[in-house]
Amino acid sequence: MSAAAEAHGGHPPTPHYSSRVSPATLGILLFIGSEIMLFGSFFTVYFFVRVVNSAFWGGTWPPAPYHLPAFVAGINTALLVTSSFSMHWADTSIKKGNRAGLQAGLVLTFALGLAFLLIQVIEYARIGFNTSDTAFAGTFFGLTGLHGAHVFIGLSILMVMIVRSFRGHFSPEHHHGIELGGIYWHFVDLMWIVVYFTVYIL
Amino acid sequence: MQNPFRSEQAAFRLVWVAVGYFVLIGIGWRIDRWLGLAVFIVLTVAGIAWIMHRGRRVPPVREAPVASPPNEHRVLVVANETVGGAELLAELRKRAASGRTVVFVVCPALNSHVRRWTSDEDGARAAANDRLAASLLAMRATGLDATGEIGDADPLQAIEDALRTFRPDELVVSTHPPGRSHWLEGDVVERARERFAIPLDHVVVDLHAAR
Repeated sequence: MSAAAEAHGGHPPTPHYSSRVSPATLGILLFIGSEIMLFGSFFTVYFFVRVVNSAFWGGTWPPAPYHLPAFVAGINTALLVTSSFSMHWADTSIKKGNRAGLQAGLVLTFALGLAFLLIQVIEYARIGFNTSDTAFAGTFFGLTGLHGAHVFIGLSILMVMIVRSFRGHFSPEHHHGIELGGIYWHFVDLMWIVVYFTVYIL
Repeated sequence: MQNPFRSEQAAFRLVWVAVGYFVLIGIGWRIDRWLGLAVFIVLTVAGIAWIMHRGRRVPPVREAPVASPPNEHRVLVVANETVGGAELLAELRKRAASGRTVVFVVCPALNSHVRRWTSDEDGARAAANDRLAASLLAMRATGLDATGEIGDADPLQAIEDALRTFRPDELVVSTHPPGRSHWLEGDVVERARERFAIPLDHVVVDLHAAR
């Protein structure tokens, strides 16, 4: 009998995660790591195009006659940041056993995320240029579109969480599905803050 | 440094930190572009310094083992290249002379950083296994009740893993002499004293002198 089994009265010891991170949390962390690399590649393209078109090299940014609707995007930013707050409310509610708070938080988060996506679609329709117009347009649609796709995925995850919460799933002891979905949603919010700042403000 | 996406709460906090960070840079940028750059540099450097300082202040997790059976002294030995050293064997024999002593040897599978990151640890584990097998034979030949296993490449992690299965009364860490020991260079002995609430004895094994 091995020393390990001997120390536990003939039974194998309980599983122990050396990293102190559960496999599911580790999975979402690795996923987010790959997402950061994906966004990083898009930001690299964006900054390359921006630098070679900067005033230093005789260009302008954004190139005339294009203009970015920073105010509308600012409203969108406020919506998404608020959705982070409601997501956190949902998470803390289920930890306290408050199911109504969980459901309200998730529904509010979903509504805010959906509003963000709809406003972005309207912005695309009215912005006055298309993906193939210039490198500027390509990078703009690439970055914001990549983020929009992530919001869509986040909304899909939120929908599953909402359905599960209304079917009685999750409890103060078992709410990993909320925790992981929340991490993903905050990541999507964080990436938007970076996208908004670099594309619309700088 | 703790992972900022470790939990929903930590990720939520990061969102608000990011909002504050970019708002301050944005305000600076609107006033003057150079001011925006200065704010960016100051905040980024301050943030990195805070993260590094905070990382140092994280208190070590102290582990206390469950008491061993009466009339039995359980010793956890952590050693790698020095696992078969004469000084270590002498120390263990000294303990065995005073009563029933059970020895559990953990041999960390030391590896290069690159090989560790790429999970190429077969060679390191095989080498550690050979050293462990030889040392266990030597210990048993002197009458010691000794078993062992290969541990994590990080000696502190290897100790922590072993604590969960062996429950020792005492920890013995064996290293090369100062100047030739990577573990001493990395303060492994001191960090183990801080982290584990068990009596710890440090044994220095000079393999060069033995040759």
